[in-house]
Amino acid sequence: MSLDTATVRRIAKLARIRLEGEEILLLQGELNAILGYVEQLNEVDVTGVEPLSGGARMAMRLRADVCDDGEIAAEILANAPERAGMFFAVPKVVE
Amino acid sequence: MSLTDLTIAEAAAGLAAKTFSAVELAAAHNAAIAALNPRLNAFITVTPDLALAQAKAADEKIAAGAAETLTGIPLAIKDLFCTAGVRTTAASRILEPFVPPYESTVTAKLLAAGAVFLGKANLDEFAMGSSNMSSGFGPVENPWKRAGSDAKLVPGGSSGGSAAAVAARLALGAMGTDTGGSIRQPASFTGIAGIKPTYGRCSRYGIVAFASSLDQAGPLARTVEDCAILLAAMAGFDPKDSTSAERPVPDFRAAARRGVKGLRIGIPAEYRMDGMSGEIEALWQKGIFWLREQGAEIVDISLPHTKYGLPVYYIVAPAEASSNLARYDGVRFGARVEGEDLIDMYERTRAAGFGAEVKRRIMIGTYVLSAGYYDAYYLRAQKIRALILRDFTEAFAKVDAILTPTAPSAAFGMGEKMDDPVTMYLNDVFTVSAPLAGVPAMSVPAGLDAQGLPLGLQVIGRHFDEETVFAVSGALERAAGFSGVPAVMAGGAA
Repeated sequence: MSLDTATVRRIAKLARIRLEGEEILLLQGELNAILGYVEQLNEVDVTGVEPLSGGARMAMRLRADVCDDGEIAAEILANAPERAGMFFAVPKVVE
Repeated sequence: MSLTDLTIAEAAAGLAAKTFSAVELAAAHNAAIAALNPRLNAFITVTPDLALAQAKAADEKIAAGAAETLTGIPLAIKDLFCTAGVRTTAASRILEPFVPPYESTVTAKLLAAGAVFLGKANLDEFAMGSSNMSSGFGPVENPWKRAGSDAKLVPGGSSGGSAAAVAARLALGAMGTDTGGSIRQPASFTGIAGIKPTYGRCSRYGIVAFASSLDQAGPLARTVEDCAILLAAMAGFDPKDSTSAERPVPDFRAAARRGVKGLRIGIPAEYRMDGMSGEIEALWQKGIFWLREQGAEIVDISLPHTKYGLPVYYIVAPAEASSNLARYDGVRFGARVEGEDLIDMYERTRAAGFGAEVKRRIMIGTYVLSAGYYDAYYLRAQKIRALILRDFTEAFAKVDAILTPTAPSAAFGMGEKMDDPVTMYLNDVFTVSAPLAGVPAMSVPAGLDAQGLPLGLQVIGRHFDEETVFAVSGALERAAGFSGVPAVMAGGAA
């Protein structure tokens, strides 16, 4: 399976990465090389094999549903690129 | 002997005996960093004043008879661990302005054990790489040189700054993380030891996430015993990480001295790869000889899905990365590039903030998770990951540990293997399987190649059996008697 430039543009859109002209061609070649490399996985018979999602080998632990911190808005906002009072600020979304 | 040449065990003994002070030890390392970091670029951020303040507090603790295991020990911290009040970049321009308001669990444990932090070590951007060439803050130079050549070599990656700092005597030990080989391969390239513990052994809380089902923190140091000392301080249950294991932390240091008498060591046929250098094969045979000589039984085993480890990794890791890195959008923290609207701001922020390798992996990950391709790529990779785990489970029914080479080559030159991404990925061929299965694995320096560059051997163990990994690694270390030092190091070459 080989990606065309339209697909590369679509993936970039999904990934929210702006690509300029020649970058698309470069990435197209590199992504196709990687996809070509992983193609060998099709040789493996995976019939009846349960997928393994993680290395933890244990059930997900649940914690008590209680609030155990908070009141740290100033700390959370300290790294904001732009803020308005006690809020994160972004370009206008709703016209 | 210079203070920068000590092992952690020796330094702790010297501090306890008041042969030297923690302030003297920190100052010696600060001076070494000031002299060599401009060349090696092993640290992105150095914190000499913080180190001296922590060392002063360490001296007071020692004077009061209240020293902990790492009191006064100067360490380098991979710049992937959040450190409260100290900039944490993950070697990405997108995190250039980020100063965490909180401390990662692993670094908090080290601080509680009395450690002194010299600075934040360089790495491949977001830990994605095997050469440290993808850092947004410039490459790291390996302090080792080929005999008779001044060509700059890579230290491996992604924990390349951590490995270079320890090898060049800029720190007594370092924190690294390993997702596909990021502790073990740089350890092998720089002639030091490093262990990736079992998944869940160390908390991932506060470590910038790359691939959450694979990422594990671990130590790099100049001896197996030093790695054992560091891992004991880092490990342990943490309620803040839902994948952290509720298990007691064993005495790793004692395990490193245990020996291998009666242990069964597996030699996997599939690690003998086409085109593998004769030197790597010869070193592997030496390792087998050393362990047999010390009373281990050598057993031929098979890990049939070994060759699929890399392609599985290069689906699973980018998939998780594309999801984890979605948070870098220029809104709540990190760098922002303004745009015409919100979406344009996201796209420009991420285009400017991420380097080429990170963009590649986000794109691959986005693709393999996208509608219509999920089953063909991601789900299939997860199933083969299950087969890789099954290989290990079956092997560990017959053997106590597995011995392999760490990497298919010694350190390579800067700019080499850069022609296409897959060539670079092949560096991880021997190291990816352990994180896919979640088992612990360690690299031990075992010899030099014909050009005078260090080579490591890898020991893989059962889940949560780092003790046997340390026992085998300690035996290899004693037999190898590795005493090589890099061309570039504090105090000059030996």
